[in-house]
Formats: sequence, C-alpha cells, structure tokens
Amino acid sequence: MSGLLEGKRVLVTGVLTDASIAFAVARIAQEQGATVVLTGFGRGLSLTRRISRRLPTEAPVIELDVTDEEHLGSLADKVLEHVDGLDGVLHAIGFAPESVLGGKPFVDAAWPEVGVALQVSTWSLAALTRATLPLFGEHASVVGLDFDASVTWPSYDWMGVAKAGLASAARYLARDLGPRGVRVNLVSAGPLRTMAAKSIPGFERFEAVWDDKAPLGWQVQDTEPAARACVALMSEWFPATTGEIIHVDGGFHAIGA
Amino acid sequence: MSQTDVLAGLAEILEEVAGVDPADVTPEKTFIDDLDVDSLSMVEVVVAAEEKFGVKIPDDDVKTLKTVGDAVSYIQRAGVAA
Repeated sequence: MSGLLEGKRVLVTGVLTDASIAFAVARIAQEQGATVVLTGFGRGLSLTRRISRRLPTEAPVIELDVTDEEHLGSLADKVLEHVDGLDGVLHAIGFAPESVLGGKPFVDAAWPEVGVALQVSTWSLAALTRATLPLFGEHASVVGLDFDASVTWPSYDWMGVAKAGLASAARYLARDLGPRGVRVNLVSAGPLRTMAAKSIPGFERFEAVWDDKAPLGWQVQDTEPAARACVALMSEWFPATTGEIIHVDGGFHAIGA
Repeated sequence: MSQTDVLAGLAEILEEVAGVDPADVTPEKTFIDDLDVDSLSMVEVVVAAEEKFGVKIPDDDVKTLKTVGDAVSYIQRAGVAA
C-alpha cells in the first residue's frame, strides 16, 4: 500500500527537538511517502539541523524568521532548491514574551510584547502562506497548531489571545484561498510537553486535569496523535475540509464537567 | 570512555554550541550560573552529547545535571549501560 502523502512535498516549520509536534509531523510525513523540507529559526537553527538527522531521512533546513520580510521573500526560492513545489505546509510557530504569559496580571500587558506575540503566533500564518503560495499546485493544504482558545487557561494568557486570532486568521485564509484549491485547517491538540510548553511557567497545572477529563485519556508526551491528524489534513482524505479546527485532545473539549 | 575523554568531548560541544572557552570547562562548574548556558543551548548540548557519546539522556535526567562533573559521570554510566 502506498503512503498517505506519496509523492507529496511538505514544508514543516517548528522542529526544535524530537519532542516537537512538528518533528512527529515531519517523521510521519516521510513515513507516508512525502519529501520534507524544514525551516529553523534564529539560535534554534543549529538545533533543528541536528534534530533533522534523527528523521528517517535527514531533511534540508532553511532559515526562517517569520518577522523578517527578507526571509519570507526568499523562502520560495530556497524551498525550490530542494523540491519543485509544495503540497503541504505545517505552521508550528508561536512565541510570546515572558511578560505576557505565565500568570502575570493579564490587564498589565504592554502592547509591544503583545504585538510580538500576535505577529509571531497569529499574523505569521498569513505571512507563511503568502510566502509559499507561489509553490502550490492545483491543490495544497496548510495546517496550523492550535490550543483551544474558546476559554481561558492558567498561565496561557496572551498566548491564548494569539491562538484565538490564529483560528480566525485560518478561517479568513480558507475563505480567500479556497478558490485556488488551498485548504487551511488547524489541529487543536491537548497539552504536550514540548519545548514550547515547557517555556510557559505553570503550564503543567492543567496537564493532569486533561488526562482525568478526556474520555480517551491524554498522554502529555505523545505527539503522535496530533501529528497524525496534521498529516491526514495534508493528505487527500480531507478534500472538502477547510477553515476547520480538528480537536486532537482525547475528547476533552466535548466534556463540560 | 575515560573521564578525561568525556570531559574533553563535552568541552568541544560546549564551545561549538554555546561559545564556552574549553579552558573553563572543569568538573565543578555549573552549566547555568558558571558557564552561562541557557535552556535552549542546554537542549542542544544534550542532543550533541547524545550523538557524540551514543547515549540517551531523558529530559527528567537533564534536570539533575547541574555541573559539568554531573554530566561527565552520567555519560560514563550511561555509556557502560549501553
């Protein structure tokens, strides 16, 4: 049987360690037949290069800071050095300065820090899509990583606001790019113990709650379920799904109490 | 692998990843306070050490490695176990 992504070309951002959700996406995409190109950011770039060697097939790594217009402008050309187009893009990019998360008074957050959070975590979905749009063929799939932003969470604070914006941005991108055959969807995963999560003080406070409440239970170390959903959304098995948020959270979102 | 070999290998990694002067890498030095290795660099040091020494260092164990000496003895033990 051929793989779910046989012959497809996929750009994966956000691989930092082998605990990254994006790492599991890159690995499963390769196992399912895709050719994968990674991007890495700033000081994490050399780490991404090292971790790439742990994939079934080492993937090339392109430097991409989504706040740098030059990086965005040259991304398509750099991707073309490795593949002749793209069928899938994983957006796994988010950042908020320490002063606007981790349980500090929400009302005190200053715009410059909030602005950074929104630029890197929300606007970047549009920026990355714009940068890769010229590489898309007749059909393409953009997938982003969400964390349920319909309610508040301890410590998540302005990152939650950024994620709420991400969901809205995904819908608008889905609206505008649908006619071009581009699908834009998010995977809303339960809490996973990645570098990103560990950098949020107090994030562990709702890890235990999740496993208790989710009908299917929840493993905070297991990125495989979320990654499989991302790969499935990049495949041809969700051809009429766009502007959607797929919950991969053990069913947590469906349970009131 | 001898203690001296592991220490030298670790010094090489710390220089490459975090720009630490190899002469500063002695067993009693702490990664964070003495050598200024932040959490991101520490992750990369661990990944590089895993590759160089053919060992696996789980996250929970990384937290216990405060000094260079802690890391050297951990790697020696893990190397024997492997």
